[in-house]
Amino acid sequence: MNIRRLRLRSGASLYLLVAVLLGIGCTPAVAGSAAKVDAGDTAWVLASTALVFLMTPGLGLFYGGMVRRKNVLATITQSLFICGIAGVLWILYGYTLAFGPDLGGLIGSLDWIGLRGLDMKPAPDPFSSLYGSTIPQEAHVIFQGMFAIITPALITGAFAERMRFKAYLIFIILWATLVYDPVAHWVWGHGGWLGELGALDFAGGTVVHICSGAAALCCALVIGRRKGYDREHFSPHNLTLTLAGTGLLWFGWFGFNAGSALAANGLAANAFVVTNAGAAAGMVSWVLAEWVHRGKPTALGAASGAIAGLVAVTPASGFVAPIAAVVIGLIAGPACYLSVMAKTRFRYDDSLDVFGIHGVGGIWGALATGLFAASSVNPVVATDAQGLFITGSAVLLGRQLIAIVSVLFYSLIVTYLILTLVGVLTPLRACEDEEDAGMDISQHGEVGYAFHP
Amino acid sequence: MIKVEALIRPSRLERVKNALDDIGIHGITVTSVLGAGKQRGHTQYYRAKELAVNLLEKCKVETVVPDELVDDAINAITKAASTGEIGDGKIFLSRVEDAIRIRTGERGEGVL
Repeated sequence: MNIRRLRLRSGASLYLLVAVLLGIGCTPAVAGSAAKVDAGDTAWVLASTALVFLMTPGLGLFYGGMVRRKNVLATITQSLFICGIAGVLWILYGYTLAFGPDLGGLIGSLDWIGLRGLDMKPAPDPFSSLYGSTIPQEAHVIFQGMFAIITPALITGAFAERMRFKAYLIFIILWATLVYDPVAHWVWGHGGWLGELGALDFAGGTVVHICSGAAALCCALVIGRRKGYDREHFSPHNLTLTLAGTGLLWFGWFGFNAGSALAANGLAANAFVVTNAGAAAGMVSWVLAEWVHRGKPTALGAASGAIAGLVAVTPASGFVAPIAAVVIGLIAGPACYLSVMAKTRFRYDDSLDVFGIHGVGGIWGALATGLFAASSVNPVVATDAQGLFITGSAVLLGRQLIAIVSVLFYSLIVTYLILTLVGVLTPLRACEDEEDAGMDISQHGEVGYAFHP
Repeated sequence: MIKVEALIRPSRLERVKNALDDIGIHGITVTSVLGAGKQRGHTQYYRAKELAVNLLEKCKVETVVPDELVDDAINAITKAASTGEIGDGKIFLSRVEDAIRIRTGERGEGVL
């Protein structure tokens, strides 16, 4: 008993020591908010959180089906394991870097390190205006945590079938810390410079999709093409997995977008409708495009189109009417189809088209928000800065462009620096023998499909 | 003893199996294989990428029969596997030295 108490006490003093060393103020956040927790809002946000969680294992299946049989486990694991890494980082310091009290519009302070000082009430003023005034702040923490998990997981599609696990692990930790957390702060954190500028991103067009898409492009260029790029077909080994993953992603996306209302209200319902409209239109338009172009409507095309539509509608989902979402999805399908074709022309090996779908889809979605955002849908949209097609003013579109360009280049540059650093510490990619044997055997010592009883 | 090795369309496997069964050949081994012959392949499409596939899925049916049953076996397989189109497959024959039943150690044609 005494020993246990001693341990607890030394744990606490160690914590204090770390806190002092890091130069953190010792005053816990003052609960200045008089707002009360609303049961309905909290239930919806927590349920949405669980929906968004499911997207990352779903992404694993989506990606896993598209690789060769010898790499299926490694590919799924590269998504799944981020639930572990980013799940821990988010509690330790991710949340406070992204959403803690603002430092110069660029990053959150360490005031909420280890979620210190958060109680079971809504976020204190002035944070409650952005982090939800009717849900416990911890609901915001865990909801946002799921975004911090899936964003780095999206990148893994770019270096699938060749990146070593150790290099991947260090890369993901650094990327989550140096790219995701600051960018999330810029756009969604209280005082973040892009949010203050008035750039709109309801559920992550810039923060999640452009950010991960740009990083994916950088990874594909730095890590290089898979062995046998010119000689072999890298055809998907099991598209049924990919289609199951598509279902899980679409399902989870309802939480991603409609949960971003941070309340169970009309805005959430509109985001839900808009999300489905974008996915549906994207699916139809991609399949039509390839049917006309190649003569066959494909299952992978239907899956890819749905994801392209979902990506594009994400930033707009809290600001546009359902009919605008149909237009956004209809354009997203062919736009992403074209960019996937361009990949072959430019000969970079983004294995699973992360840039082509998330990068390009995210850019289109952020621009589309500048075209269709309406105050009538969400009063957060200033009446003098609505979409170009609503009022004829390009003010919002200009802000969206600033957000796109800054997130794109920040992610490209910092990802490049991180890869360079990781490359110094440990080889980024598997050697040729390992790549031949497959990443399942060489990295994990397992196989996805055993043939012997 | 002759080993009869037939490469056939997967869609004809059931018919070939029944035809062999009808003439008293019950012991067969079937493998799913990929192969290329005179039949041209097909094109697969993955996200705007065209792949020309010339290895096609076939079934390999193997059985070992006494010399006097070979012609019947060939007739049965040919009739059951034929569609008249290119890609119906081939039959290969080869002589077998001996056969052993693992359970009893018995040897020769009686094993078949």
